[in-house]
Amino acid sequence: MLDASEGYTTADGRKIGGVLMEMQNITLRFGGVVAIKDISFDIREGEIRAIIGPNGAGKSSMLNVISGFYRPQEGAVIYKGRKRPAMKPYQVAQQGIARTFQNIALFEGMSVLDNVMTGRLTHMKSSLFSQALWWGKAEAEEIANRELVERVIDFLEIQHIRKTPVGRLPYGLKKRVELARALAAEPSLLLLDEPMAGMNVEEKEDMSRFILDVNDEFGTTIALIEHDMGVVMDLSDRVVVMDYGKKIGDGTPDEVRNNQDVIDAYLGVSHD
Amino acid sequence: MPDQLLFAMEVTLNGLMAGVLYALVALGFVLIFKASGIFNYAQGVMALFAALTLVGLQEGQIPFAHLINAILGTDLHHFGWHLTAIVAIVLTIGVMVLLAILVERIVLRHLVNQEPIILFMATIGLAYFLEGLGDLMWGSDIKKLDVGLPQGISETIDTATFNWFGYGFFIDKLDIFATVIAALLVIGLTLFSQYSKQGRALRAVADDHQAALSVGISLRFIWVLVWSIAGFVALVAGIMWGAKSGVQFSLSLIALKALPVLMLGGFTSIPGAIVGGLIIGVGEKLFEFAIGPMVGGATENWFAYVLALLFLVFRPQGLFGEKIIERV
Ligand SMILES: Nc1ncnc2c1ncn2[C@@H]1O[C@H](COP(=O)(O)OP(=O)(O)OP(=O)(O)O)[C@@H](O)[C@H]1O
Ligand SMILES: [Mg+2]
Repeated sequence: MLDASEGYTTADGRKIGGVLMEMQNITLRFGGVVAIKDISFDIREGEIRAIIGPNGAGKSSMLNVISGFYRPQEGAVIYKGRKRPAMKPYQVAQQGIARTFQNIALFEGMSVLDNVMTGRLTHMKSSLFSQALWWGKAEAEEIANRELVERVIDFLEIQHIRKTPVGRLPYGLKKRVELARALAAEPSLLLLDEPMAGMNVEEKEDMSRFILDVNDEFGTTIALIEHDMGVVMDLSDRVVVMDYGKKIGDGTPDEVRNNQDVIDAYLGVSHD
Repeated sequence: MPDQLLFAMEVTLNGLMAGVLYALVALGFVLIFKASGIFNYAQGVMALFAALTLVGLQEGQIPFAHLINAILGTDLHHFGWHLTAIVAIVLTIGVMVLLAILVERIVLRHLVNQEPIILFMATIGLAYFLEGLGDLMWGSDIKKLDVGLPQGISETIDTATFNWFGYGFFIDKLDIFATVIAALLVIGLTLFSQYSKQGRALRAVADDHQAALSVGISLRFIWVLVWSIAGFVALVAGIMWGAKSGVQFSLSLIALKALPVLMLGGFTSIPGAIVGGLIIGVGEKLFEFAIGPMVGGATENWFAYVLALLFLVFRPQGLFGEKIIERV
């Protein structure tokens, strides 16, 4: 069983730790629409957790609840063992939760480098005044951050476009820059909303490799939404399946694949 | 050199310096527009309010004295102290920051995600409110602003140019000073926006709110920050214009001159505001000099607007503005 509090070991031998984030009985409504209906699940330290489900199932809504963009009407979010009070998205980000968006949200007018640098904002401590008065310290901080950002850029193989304004990049590279910006924050929890949507096969393979490498090399906990079942099965350690706002399955890829409710949901509703 | 040419050069120089002041006001508009998409109609009144506050503090005027006297039948006017210019300026900056905080708390916070036109209307309201508040706090009489800036015709330039060309240029020392300050301000703002943490956050917010939130930027903080900076820029513009022609209601009308500057330079470009200001400043002075006499003068009143209109027709995004691409 997976819910032993001490974690578990994956098929490929990685050690998964205790619970990092726990969603308890989350319900989210938009007027009459119930986007999330009484869903509970957890995300453990070091794992790759997938959320899947047909269109409109409420996956993005769930990610938005985790990252503070949506506020659920009911339920609790437990992060690092503490119940989280209602928070603004920027406060959630400051707690070490970084994310990407289904429809890409980048600073189109800024260069790739500047975009990734914004990922460091939560780590920059020097205040407005110390920057004005004590330039040296602020400069040292900037240089240190810059080094880390360059490493992230190398890691994701986007050195060649460092100075390019993001608005000019093709879709696939934008997705990668968005991942770079999230990584630059050195997040405790990384949320990816359909990181491979709209990509060709080769780009998808690259992205899968990056996600695995991030998890492997930095031990980053990742929660991701993905439509492509094949990709999900390859990448993730555990999967939550949603349909019409409800949780219909939760377990390892194998368990989920053989779950009758999941099979029904995926056969009954078209997906891409 | 022929006299006419020398005279034209002098006119150009004077135009450049007037242009610097236009640019300064336009800069305040651009800062707020870039960060929040709000066209701040109150920018001119902010300059007036800042100048009034500066004079009031410096002279030791009791705020709301008229109101207090009317209600309590007292006869209060002054605290009886005189602040040095630098102390008064620092205090006024404090007041402008406070104003920024209040604007965010009382107005902007409640209008998040509203249409730009709604926000624009709110700033019109703010303009009238500030105008009234300025009157109520400091009285509506014309005030002299004196923070010890150099004034009068520069003798050095007059003599030097006379020795070189046989014709002395009349350049106001205040104009030279204003130019230097404006240049420093622009350099400072550019460095701030390019290299500081807050500057980067500010550009991020200007670009995409959602993305900015996701990297941990508080929109409220950024709004207070830009309104504070715009308040500071307004103070600088208020000091320059106030020193030149006294602090009175007409000071708030400099905002009207900033409009054509913005149309020329583009609403989102800091260099655009500068270059636009200079073009209008020089353009209107030279036009008055060359064409004015033929059409009966007073061309300075409308030249800027006609130029802006031409730009609107042929290059609606301004000189440096972002290209307007219709997405369909
Ligand atoms: N901001 C919102 N306002 C109103 N309704 C919303 C909002 N966000 C989501 N919804 C509704 O909530 C439901 C779930 O949407 P959500 O975007 O979470 O689905 P999803 O699983 O991410 O779908 P997809 O695979 O298409 O991305 C939908 O019915 C959607 O219309
Ligand atoms: Mg979605």
